[in-house]
Amino acid sequence: MSKEHKEYLKALKKHKIKIYFWQIIIFIIVIISWQVLTDLKVLDSFIISSPKNIINTIASLYNSNNLFIHIGTTLYETLISFIISMLIGIVVATILWYSPFLAKVVEPYLTILNSLPKVALGPIILIWFGASTTSIIIMAILISSIVLIINIYNGFINIDNNKIKLVKTFSNSKITLYRFLILPSNIPNIISNLKICISMSLIGIIMGEFLVSKKGIGYLIMYGSQVFNLDLVMSGVVLLCIVATALYYLVYYIEKRYEKTTH
Amino acid sequence: MNSVLSVNNIHKVYHTTKAEIEAIKDITFNVNQGDFIAIVGPSGCGKSTLLSILNGQENVTSGKIDYHHKTIGYMLQDDALFDWLTVLDNCLIGLKIKKQLTKENKEYVLNLLDKYGLKDFINSYPRNLSGGMRKRVALIRTLATKPDILLMDEPFSALDFQSRLKISNDVYQILKEENKTLILVTHDISEAVTLCEKVLVLSKRPSTIKNIYSIFYSQKTLPSSKRTALEFNDYYQQIWRDIDHE
Repeated sequence: MSKEHKEYLKALKKHKIKIYFWQIIIFIIVIISWQVLTDLKVLDSFIISSPKNIINTIASLYNSNNLFIHIGTTLYETLISFIISMLIGIVVATILWYSPFLAKVVEPYLTILNSLPKVALGPIILIWFGASTTSIIIMAILISSIVLIINIYNGFINIDNNKIKLVKTFSNSKITLYRFLILPSNIPNIISNLKICISMSLIGIIMGEFLVSKKGIGYLIMYGSQVFNLDLVMSGVVLLCIVATALYYLVYYIEKRYEKTTH
Repeated sequence: MNSVLSVNNIHKVYHTTKAEIEAIKDITFNVNQGDFIAIVGPSGCGKSTLLSILNGQENVTSGKIDYHHKTIGYMLQDDALFDWLTVLDNCLIGLKIKKQLTKENKEYVLNLLDKYGLKDFINSYPRNLSGGMRKRVALIRTLATKPDILLMDEPFSALDFQSRLKISNDVYQILKEENKTLILVTHDISEAVTLCEKVLVLSKRPSTIKNIYSIFYSQKTLPSSKRTALEFNDYYQQIWRDIDHE
């Protein structure tokens, strides 16, 4: 490795560290300022809580053995709806790809369902499936699966025509085309949709927990706001940030693993 | 000479919402074992349509094609390599699809890769290959299923001039060594008269055969060397006049 190249890599690393440094500094400044301003009563901790109060609230949730129940409930519901939504997305997109006629027929319905704010369906789901975890999961599935169907289907139909021609020179079977070209070439598209799906599922679950639940992070936030316990609300938001980040990195890890196998 | 493909009075009409388009009209020709035939013609005359018909991807409106129980391999303008597969897996894809992936066939593909300078790249991905190497992989993928006749649709058009000359030589040598029959569609007259021994000139749409040229060089050399031969310019000019008068 030449001296210039070493210096280039060093500069690149330095730049990266600089970015991390400032990201951490901003976080520390915000937290300290928030705490100091609430301690000095410049900000009302009753309305906006404080970092210390949030830590205490999370600690008390932990001590009462409730912390992991709430996190676990939200995680469980999110992962279930994530898996079901992905399956629905892939299966329905496959059916639509296989039958262009059916795709044309259902196109306006998909557009309507996609533009409809799914939260409007919340009360209907509650009536149909009752005040239960099932309703929460169905709500999340509704929110995430429609987008997935559209995105994955678009990936399926936007394949390079030359590649389709190539597979057809070996076989005219549509199943062969799907198996050897459509599905494998869409793995990156499906993986990038995992990210959308995981965040949409989490949004759906929190919305569902707002409407009907006795546990979960959405319940903590909703309950906290109803009893005007802003420490609980903010703790819920912080927990949500942690859960969302963890889920995002889980999908990111899957993506990187896939990239590693194809590089 | 054994006839491997007979095209008899084929006619192709397309229907669109606006009109009926007659693409091909009364085309007849015969291909013998080992022939290298080029099809040239004005832009949009239906050269690629003719190739798609020969490949069975499009039906004729009337007329008949007799394949004499011979198999066809098709090489496209784009190399259409699958980015997610290694060079070896790309070469084996046709065999896998056709359920012909036997030990012997894999060995045959490995031999081809070795013979044509790709042995060290069998585990590489297409993104790591040069344009010329990608073309060679695409050719080996086509040859893997051991087709009797190779159809090529402007296979070198995406390459720069130097790579095009080099890969033309490579393809010529590979196909001669493997004793294949070639039907090449190209808009490049120089490519047609250096790579092939027979050139079919098509008229503008509806496409018919305007002229057939038998190409002969006094010295048997590689396509790139034929460009400096005396005969090259004559053939080039004659065919160019045919196309230009369209």
